[in-house]
Order: sequence, then C-alpha cells, then structure tokens
Amino acid sequence: MKTADATIEQQPPEPEEDIRPPVTQIGVIGWVRANLFNGWFNSVLTLVTLYGLGKIAPPFFRWAFIDSVWLTDGRACRAAAGACWSVVTSNFRFIIFGFYPYELHWRPLAAMLLLFALLFYSRDRKHWKKSLLYLWIGGLCIMGLLMRGGLLGLEPVESTRWGGLPLTLLLSVFGLTAAYPLGVLLALGRQSRLPGIRYLCIVYIEMIRGVPLISLLFMGSIIFPLFLPEGITINKILRAQVAIILFTAAYIAEVVRGGLQGMAKGQYEAAESMGLNYFLTMRLIILPQALKIIIPPTVSILISAFKDTSLVVIIALFDVLKTSQTVLSNPEWMGFSPEVYIFVAILYFLGCFSMSGYSRRLERELDTG
Amino acid sequence: MEYSDTQKVPFWLNPKVRGVFFQLGVIALVGLLAWYLISNTLHNLERQSIATGFGFLGKESSFEIGESLISYSSADTYARALLVGALNTLKVSLIGIIICVFFGTIIGIARLSTNWLVSRLAAIYIEVMQDIPVLLQLFFWYAIFYELLPSPRQALNPMEGLFLCNRGVVFAVPAAHPAYKYMIAALALGAVCAYLIRRWARRRQARTGRQFPVIRVSLAVVLGLPFLVWAAFGMPTAMDTPELVGFNFKGGATLSPEFIALLLGLVLYTAAFVAEVVRAGIQSVSKGQTEAAMSIGLRPNLVLNLVILPQALRVIVPPLTSQMLNLTKNSSLAVAIGYPDFVSVANTTINQTGQSIEGVALIMLVYLIFSLSTSAFMNWYNKKARLVER
Repeated sequence: MKTADATIEQQPPEPEEDIRPPVTQIGVIGWVRANLFNGWFNSVLTLVTLYGLGKIAPPFFRWAFIDSVWLTDGRACRAAAGACWSVVTSNFRFIIFGFYPYELHWRPLAAMLLLFALLFYSRDRKHWKKSLLYLWIGGLCIMGLLMRGGLLGLEPVESTRWGGLPLTLLLSVFGLTAAYPLGVLLALGRQSRLPGIRYLCIVYIEMIRGVPLISLLFMGSIIFPLFLPEGITINKILRAQVAIILFTAAYIAEVVRGGLQGMAKGQYEAAESMGLNYFLTMRLIILPQALKIIIPPTVSILISAFKDTSLVVIIALFDVLKTSQTVLSNPEWMGFSPEVYIFVAILYFLGCFSMSGYSRRLERELDTG
Repeated sequence: MEYSDTQKVPFWLNPKVRGVFFQLGVIALVGLLAWYLISNTLHNLERQSIATGFGFLGKESSFEIGESLISYSSADTYARALLVGALNTLKVSLIGIIICVFFGTIIGIARLSTNWLVSRLAAIYIEVMQDIPVLLQLFFWYAIFYELLPSPRQALNPMEGLFLCNRGVVFAVPAAHPAYKYMIAALALGAVCAYLIRRWARRRQARTGRQFPVIRVSLAVVLGLPFLVWAAFGMPTAMDTPELVGFNFKGGATLSPEFIALLLGLVLYTAAFVAEVVRAGIQSVSKGQTEAAMSIGLRPNLVLNLVILPQALRVIVPPLTSQMLNLTKNSSLAVAIGYPDFVSVANTTINQTGQSIEGVALIMLVYLIFSLSTSAFMNWYNKKARLVER
C-alpha cells in the first residue's frame, strides 16, 4: 500500500493541454505526407507528375500571358513571341454577334442578358411555380422580338443575319424546350400497353439514337425543302432547329422512360383504385413525380444539346464556332487558330461547367428531400 | 340498383375497343403525314427532274479520295467510293475505341488515386474535356497539325525515323520481308493456343482443383511463336525510313493530319466519359467485397480478378458500349476537317449527283447497322454476364 501511494505522489501533475501530435502528421507537412508521399509508388507518381507539370506549365504560361499581345493589329501579332489575343479582342463583336447589323448589337445583347437573368432566377427551387412558366413564355417572346424586330419601332433583322452566341443559345434553349414535351409523349408511348403505339415509338427512338446528329442536320438542310409543298420555304435556322428538336426528343424520351420505370408500381395501382383514368393518372400522379427525379439527367441532356449545336457549322450556319472560323479566314488573322479556339472553348466551358455544377447541386438537394 | 351480367358496357367504354381505336387513330395520323410528305417530295422531284433510286451507285464517281484501305481511283463506281468511306469510318472508330478505352481506364483509375495531385489532375481533365464540344476539339487539333507544323522541308524530328510536318506524321516501318507474313500467322496461332490452354486449365481446375499459370504460359506462347519465326528467318531488322525527296517524304508510313486530328480529338473527348464510367464502376463494388475476399485468404491479384472485376465490369460494360457508339457516331464529324469517312464521301456523292434522299438514307442505314449490331452483341453479353442469384 505504501509503495503504491509513493508512486502516485512521485508522478508529476498532468499537463493542462493535450499532447500535440508530432509535427510530421499535421499541418502542411502532414497533409503532404498523407496525400502525396504515402508509399513509394505514390511518391514516384508525385515526382513524375510534378516533373511533367514543370515541363509544360511554365512555357504555356509564358506563351499565354508574359509574351502575349492583347490589343494590337495582325502585323504586330506576327512579331510577338507569345499568344496573339488581339485576334479575339479586335474581332470580339463579330465572334459574339456574327453578321447582325453592327449598330443594333444591343438587341441580341439585351436578349442574352434577359436569358441569363431568367436562368439565374430559375436556379432557386423556391421560384418553381406556375408563374415562372408564364415568366419564361413572356421572356422568350421578348427575346424573339428583340432579335427579329419589326414591331414597336424596332428595325426588322432578317434571320439570315443572326449569328454568333445568340444563335448558339437560341438553338439550344428552343431545342430543349420544344423537345421536352415531345420526349415525354414518346416515353409514354413507349411504355404504352397498345402495341401499335409502342412499336411506333420504339422505332422512332431507336432509329434516332442510332444515327449521328449530322445526318439529321443534312436531312434538315437538304431534304426538308423537298418535303414541303411547292412555293413554301422555311429558313435555314428553323430547319436546323427542327433537326435538333427531333434528335434531342429521342434522348429525352429515354431519360423520361428511366423516370417512369423508377416509379413504384403502387403509385399506378393507387391511382387506378381511386378511379382515375389514364390521362389523369399520368398528369396528376405519375408525371409530376417522375419528372422530378429526372431533373439531373435532363440537365446533362441540356449540356450535350448546348455542345451539339456547334455541329450546325457543318451546314454553314453562323454560330459562335463558325464566326470564329470566319475571322481566321481573314488573311490578317490567319494562323492564330489556337488563340481563337481556346477563347471559344472557354465560352463553352463556362456554359457547360455552370450547368453541370448546378445539376450536381440539385442532385444533392433532391437526394435528401 | 341492380346489376346483372346481361347489362352490357357500352362499346365506347370498352377498354379493348378504345385501345384499337386509339392505335388506329395514331397510325392513321402518322400514315397521313408520311403520305403528305412523300407526295410533296415526289412532286418536287418531278418538278426538278431528279431521278430517284439507287442507280447512281453503279456510275463512275470521278472524284479522288485522299486515303483508302482498298485500291480506289476516280474511275471506280460510287458504290466503291462509299465502301472506301465506310472502311475509313471503321478504321478510325476501331483504333479510336481501343486507345480510348485504354486511356480512359487509366484516367478513371487516376481519378480514384489516393495521390491528391494525380486525382486532381484527372478530375480537371475529365471536367474540361467533357465541357468542350468535340467538333471544336477536332478543329483545334487540325489547326495545330495543319497550320502550325512546318512544311516537310523543316519537319520536326523529335526522334530518329519520326517526322512531324503539315503533311502529317511520317515514321519508319520495318522494310517488307516475307518473315512478317508468317509472324502474323504465328501470332494468330498463338492466340488460338492461348484460348485452348485457358479452356483446358479451367476444366482441369474444376475437376482437380489444381491451378495452372495461364497468363504467363499464354503470354509466352503468343509472343514466343512470332519470335521463333522471326529468328528462323534470320532476324530481319532492315527499316524503311522516310526520306525527304523534293517537297515531300518518300518511304515509311504516313498518318495524314486529318486522321491524326480526328483520332486525337475523338480519343481525348471520349476518354473523359470513359473515365467517369470506369470510376463509377469501381466505386459501385462495396468495400465489404474486398474485405470479405481478403478474409477468405485470396491474394490481392485474385481479389481483383475473381471478386472486384466481375462485379465492376457488369456495371461498366453497358455505359462503356454506349460511349464506344458515341465515338463511332462522332467520327462522322470528320466531314468538317476533310477526313474521307463515310459521311464525307456520301456528302460529296450528294453534291455531285443531287441524290440527296438516297445519300442521307445511306448514311442513316450504315450507322444504324453499326449501332444495331453493337447493341445485339451487348444484349448477348449482358445475358451472359447477368447476375445469377441463387
């Protein structure tokens, strides 16, 4: 007993604060050890990657920023060692607006700003009400009016002169809004118990998904005029738009089908037991739930539709990619393709990245709710 | 109120009758639309005096095609020109798919790496490549190869026998020698042997439980047989090196800038999607599976081969196939940079003959054949790989 007491007395009092972990396991050093140099394989990998980055990044940085020229003419560009961003700055308005009359550029600009404002407003799920739908319809009408003119003292602008970024946005936004109802109908048809309707929808969906968009665009630009009665012509943009709608609808149909198949069977049975007929069941019970769970995949369809509009270059519509190529065919700016293409790539990247970020956020929100 | 069996439901409320009525209605509407479009088309064709039908396929094409796997000249028929185009599409798609799956798998695994730097870089690659239209990427690479590389006289020469210039990539290949033909035959023979060995080893393991080092032996057979043939022919090492003659290279093999730009663009774009598919597949196998396999004493490579991969592949393969199909369909963008794929040749044909309907129909038909045959194969594979629950 006595010895035990003695040992207790001999022990120094406990220090007030906890013992801190060794310096190699916390802070910057600890993080580097845990994430970059855990094990010999990862250490080698890190060193090799760092070496590769060191070889590539500084010369690129030098080319893009230090040696680059920003606000000169073509001749000064050729003398410079780095990137010639002047090709973008001096042709900025042409790349963005195409052949739209120069003094009326404020109109497509206003239309685009209105579109961005509407998109930004619709981000919040609290605003998803019926009034939002009317807001969109009104907004799209105003955008059309701004682009087209001819009313309220606005000078009319032929659609053949539309181009650049507004055209890209127009094709993707209208493409999706028109394809969506068609896609829902196709998906319902594919799930239908009536074989005639089901096979019709299956053939359409599988056929469209089996062919590249470019073949539909060719069809739109060369064959549609033959389909129409003599004397009636529709403009090139509308023809491309129809092709994009027909194409996107098939992909939306498959996404919607996924949502329909994800619904519990009990939902159908409950609706039936309440005496609802097919249309009421779909409108009141099934579609509101199914369309909610497919919002994230729908956003990814919107992203690919936005990227796919670049294909209209091949049928010679002046979207933002075609206007940039037109700049490059000017002898003064020939040979500066990387700069121009990097600029257009940044535009597309910003659009797609914000949409995919939004889709991820929605997925998180809908997951818990 | 009294119900009796004799009380009939009026026929317009009978679901069967309604079903037939709806179907007939929809089919009649579609038929009417089709008839309207076709009659307009026929009328327009008559007015513009364009002949219909595929008769043009037998006529002389009178245009040249830059690269071809089979012999072709402008004196050949349109049918042969289209065949050349289809083969070019197949060539770029097959090579693209192989490289893309390999590269995409590496990126997908890198995305899951515990190394922060590697995983970040892979994530950035995936996000950036997915968000830039593939057509823009094609234009970018084509501009790099066609506009920015020097002419053959000032070609870059990063290593011996390899030249980079605006005519494409020129590189040395082994000079023709009869040995190579036999070596290819030996390789095929080796592959057949490897297959038989694997089958035999599986049966033996099922019967006796004894294992056989299949991979090592098959590798030895597959690589060893061609090597033996090569040695038997006296080990020919002569190379056919490209040399600058006048304004262009002679000898060696050339990959055109169009082909390289198309391949590079398609592979880099699709690899980002493949990486996401691979990552999702690997993550879908729960950690408990690895732990369970370890706890029954399997070695790490067996854990991967017998437990993880079969389960991950079941998740990976269907979306991977759709990415392969996407690559094939996107190869049609070749028309924008002048690589003579099927769409490009068909487009030229349409412009020359004016047979637009037939031309577009042919394009759709060829791609439908590609898609449908791939999905038929996939259905077969899915049936084979389906989870067998006991």
